[in-house]
Amino acid sequence: MSGKDEAELSRLLRAAIAGDEKAYADFLHRIAALIRGFVRRKIVQGGVDPEDVVQETLLAIHLKRHSWRQEAPVLPWVYAIARFKLIDAFRRRGRRIEIDVDDIAETFAEPETETVSERDVNRALDGLPPAQRSVVSSVSVEGRSIGETAAKFGITETAVRVSLHRGLAAIAKRFGRQ
Amino acid sequence: MRTEDLIKALDADISSKAMPLRSAWWMAAGAAVVIAALVFWMTIGPRPDIMIAMHTMRFMSKFVFTIVLAVTAFALIRALSTPGASTARAMAWMAAAPLLVAVAVALELFMVPEALWGTRMIGSNMMICMSFIPLIGLGPLAIFLWMLRYGAPTRPVLAGAVAGLLAGGLAATFYAAHCFDDSPLFVATWYTIAIAALALLGALGGRLFVRW
Repeated sequence: MSGKDEAELSRLLRAAIAGDEKAYADFLHRIAALIRGFVRRKIVQGGVDPEDVVQETLLAIHLKRHSWRQEAPVLPWVYAIARFKLIDAFRRRGRRIEIDVDDIAETFAEPETETVSERDVNRALDGLPPAQRSVVSSVSVEGRSIGETAAKFGITETAVRVSLHRGLAAIAKRFGRQ
Repeated sequence: MRTEDLIKALDADISSKAMPLRSAWWMAAGAAVVIAALVFWMTIGPRPDIMIAMHTMRFMSKFVFTIVLAVTAFALIRALSTPGASTARAMAWMAAAPLLVAVAVALELFMVPEALWGTRMIGSNMMICMSFIPLIGLGPLAIFLWMLRYGAPTRPVLAGAVAGLLAGGLAATFYAAHCFDDSPLFVATWYTIAIAALALLGALGGRLFVRW
């Protein structure tokens, strides 16, 4: 993590905000790795899955990218969001433990739950209205482009974009409410 | 969902546009001023002798306090709604308005005989002051809380309280044009209580409403 990193990441995010998808993918991959390192260092005892925090942070970075001032360094902005989401994850977890002791017991009984499919983002995805859910799944899990997704469901690309954006915003919103 | 898959979805959504937070704050400030002005003119309006009052130091000093409060709170709330932005300097500037009021109070105590201190402080308008500053500030506070949701405050309760101070400074600037009590002793007491009520409401709003 150096000044060079900082300059490169700022450049990528600026290009992304201007509409460069490739720069954005590059930015997100690099940021995800940094956040993963940060979160893993911070979570010493169990209870919170680091990857959940990584995903929630990426989602927040995406939905709040208009809060980044383009001439300001990007890494302090990224880490401030990561820290906020990490604290949020612990707070939610704490609340859950207080309320549902039985749920936790069941979780211990089933070692299978610590799998990819049990991610918080995934659970939130399951709660979406069907149209949004199928569009988000198509673009993410199934890896289709906007155009391919539009063709698959027989809707316009604009409709795909709207559903995708609303779906992502709804997923992020669910974390705040849990 | 794997993180890799999530990144695909985020990447595909890069074309979704949102107004930069900084521009949005200026628009929100403009809208808040318009709403406060409308409520002010439709309810109490300025005092009839305002042209004469404008020649007195005491009357004009009220606007210095309230405008300084609004300007410093506006700078702080913009920093608070931006993750990673440094807030130390904006936080220190928040002392400016209270310090100015304190100096004015000291001068007033020095100039006015002790027997009049009580009457000056109680004034004639305290109930109107304590109801209309919050009333004029309510619309702006709602706008500022909504802006905090649009932004990304990592300290939502503090940011909400500052939204209340900002709404209070703005509302008090309008209210000051109506109020006949120009003594710093009155301002330091009743304006403070009214603005603190908005700050408290803002903190509550930040706690309950500002989630992201």
